[in-house]
Amino acid sequence: MGQTLYDKLWHSHLVEQRDDGTALIYIDRHLLHEVTSPQAFEGLRLAGRQPRRISANIAVPDHNVSTLSTERKAGLQALPDAVSRIQLQTLDDNCAHFAIPEIPLNDPRQGIVHVMGPEQGATLPGMTIVCGDSHTSTHGALGALAHGIGTSEVEHVLATGCLIQRKMKNFRINVEGQLAPGVTAKDMALAIIGAIGTAGGTGFALEFAGSAVRDLTMEGRMTLCNMAIEAGARAGLVAVDDTTLDYVRGKPFAPVGDLWTQAETWWRTLHSDDDALFDREITLQAIDIAPQVTWGTSPEMVTGVNGRVPSLDEMTSDTARDGLARALDYMGLSGGMAITDIRPDVVFIGSCTNSRIEDLRAAAAVVKGRTVAPSIEQALVVPGSGLVKQQAEAEGLDRIFLEAGMEWREPGCSMCLAMNADKLKPGQRCASTSNRNFEGRQGFGGRTHLVSPAMAAAAAVTGHFVDVRDLPTLAQEGAA
Amino acid sequence: MQAFTVHKGLVAPMDRANVDTDLIMPKQFLKSIKRSGFGPNLFDELRYLDEGQPDSDNSKRPKNPDFPLNFPRYEGASVLLARENFGCGSSREHAPWALVDFGFRCIIAPSFADIFRSNCFKNGLLPIALDAAIVDDLFKAMYDNEGYSLEIDLEQQLVLTPDGHRIPFEVDGFRRDCLLKGLDDIGITLQSEAAISAFEAQHAQRFPWVFQTLEV
Ligand code: SF4
Repeated sequence: MGQTLYDKLWHSHLVEQRDDGTALIYIDRHLLHEVTSPQAFEGLRLAGRQPRRISANIAVPDHNVSTLSTERKAGLQALPDAVSRIQLQTLDDNCAHFAIPEIPLNDPRQGIVHVMGPEQGATLPGMTIVCGDSHTSTHGALGALAHGIGTSEVEHVLATGCLIQRKMKNFRINVEGQLAPGVTAKDMALAIIGAIGTAGGTGFALEFAGSAVRDLTMEGRMTLCNMAIEAGARAGLVAVDDTTLDYVRGKPFAPVGDLWTQAETWWRTLHSDDDALFDREITLQAIDIAPQVTWGTSPEMVTGVNGRVPSLDEMTSDTARDGLARALDYMGLSGGMAITDIRPDVVFIGSCTNSRIEDLRAAAAVVKGRTVAPSIEQALVVPGSGLVKQQAEAEGLDRIFLEAGMEWREPGCSMCLAMNADKLKPGQRCASTSNRNFEGRQGFGGRTHLVSPAMAAAAAVTGHFVDVRDLPTLAQEGAA
Repeated sequence: MQAFTVHKGLVAPMDRANVDTDLIMPKQFLKSIKRSGFGPNLFDELRYLDEGQPDSDNSKRPKNPDFPLNFPRYEGASVLLARENFGCGSSREHAPWALVDFGFRCIIAPSFADIFRSNCFKNGLLPIALDAAIVDDLFKAMYDNEGYSLEIDLEQQLVLTPDGHRIPFEVDGFRRDCLLKGLDDIGITLQSEAAISAFEAQHAQRFPWVFQTLEV
């Protein structure tokens, strides 16, 4: 019987299978950031241990960093939030102490850890990759087995180079056919979560397959795998193909020469065999997917832009009614309302889901020649890394955003989780390209609608959600 | 990790159901860079009358006189008696870190949240689930007797009361072994060092590019 892609990655990293069902898995790459690593380093120090293999690790600050150019230029010591400053300083200190390579704050390669990894070639196909962050699933887009871990596990990986794991089950999600123009990987991800629910992937490794997935760029595949965790799965995967290899070739840490040839031979085998068995499999048709907008406080509370917010009398159980009532109350929406009548106050384009060059191009294409609607209080564009920022500036995208009245920031997690100063105020409504719409996620009392970059940009210039496919024919709000 | 074989200690109450990890360790303390030092902020919202911040001087903060852990009779307690579903909520390890830092070695409750329980074992804290009726009896005995202590014998899997009752409890065999030997997951994995090294050697042959140093 054939193997799935996940099976191949698992077996090629299996150090030891134990009788109690747990296994020791070898970890090729360990990514670190400032929030979940300090206690792990402290644990190493207390136990008098050293990282087992330095070359497995690479660190970058992202969650707490300021995205304001003035604050960034002033350097770490000038960061106004003292608690964040200490956490960032601690990462620098720990990396220096243990000789772990770190991309520092104002280095052009600095960025959100899940943007930096693939961009630098620190993430390669066929690797096992972990990071103390649940969106590590992103890296599965390159045909790597990648998932988030807790702080004890960060320490465990540092000390042993391995992780104690139980094998997951296999779930293949096929998306066949062609996405309509204006419909993106983000819409695909949200539509999948809408279909299987936020617990649909629990206990599984999700493999995304089918012609619509194969047609995605690497950026699109990363967006898709990024949100595997919102579907309940710790890991998402896409098989290696020419798109993958073309992306990896020439990346700073990618192999070259004979090593590349040797690597490519192995990477070309990284797909599920034709006769591989999956524990679960579903197929969606790409053409059925409209631009998606979440209306509630869980990513599964999602619908097409031409849909409506569900109403209480559609609910079939008390639990469902209670859940909906609470979400509507928090979001300040009424049941039955058209999605296109929802008016955001803030627009956030960024996060490890949608801050890559392709995302910024898609947003800029919508914004170009238009201006932000008067009702929008703030529109933030936060590139995923310094390199994305440079590339966007070389293409003139920053001018397009600035001329439209949007803010062009320095790279970091920013308003995705509001651990720095970029936060929603209580009651503010945000069209966001990030991945979580939980209560308070983007700031205490803030209300989040998850959308694609093009949809966020369209909301910015019209002042309400609008089907981005109709935009060319729409008049701009406030324009004569 | 500190080994756990036999422990005798003063018992203190946390007499409410569904104590969540936010209540055990409020979120403003998660920006801390330490795994230790959370003890003074354990149950912060219940223990103090003001809102605690990571940089507050806890010795100067007004204490809640009605919260049992502030009563002199429970000073130095190392066994926490609690109600059902203790430790529900997020996966933050700060919760068990705070309990251990405060001085607790064992929590007795009718039930525990899953992730919290596993986090306890990873930090040398023994969660014991007992029948709700038995927990209720223990609460009564504790309230009636100042200085009420319990002895926990992990080897024999028994809770021994001052009046001579021997209460058996269940515990996962693997986790029991780790606690008895004081082995954390890292310690256990390091016992497989030979297997890891052998694997690593053949892995490096097969996938040499994985082992290139990253020059930043
Ligand atoms: S951008 Fe958001 S989801 Fe991604 S790593 Fe940062 S905080 Fe986490």
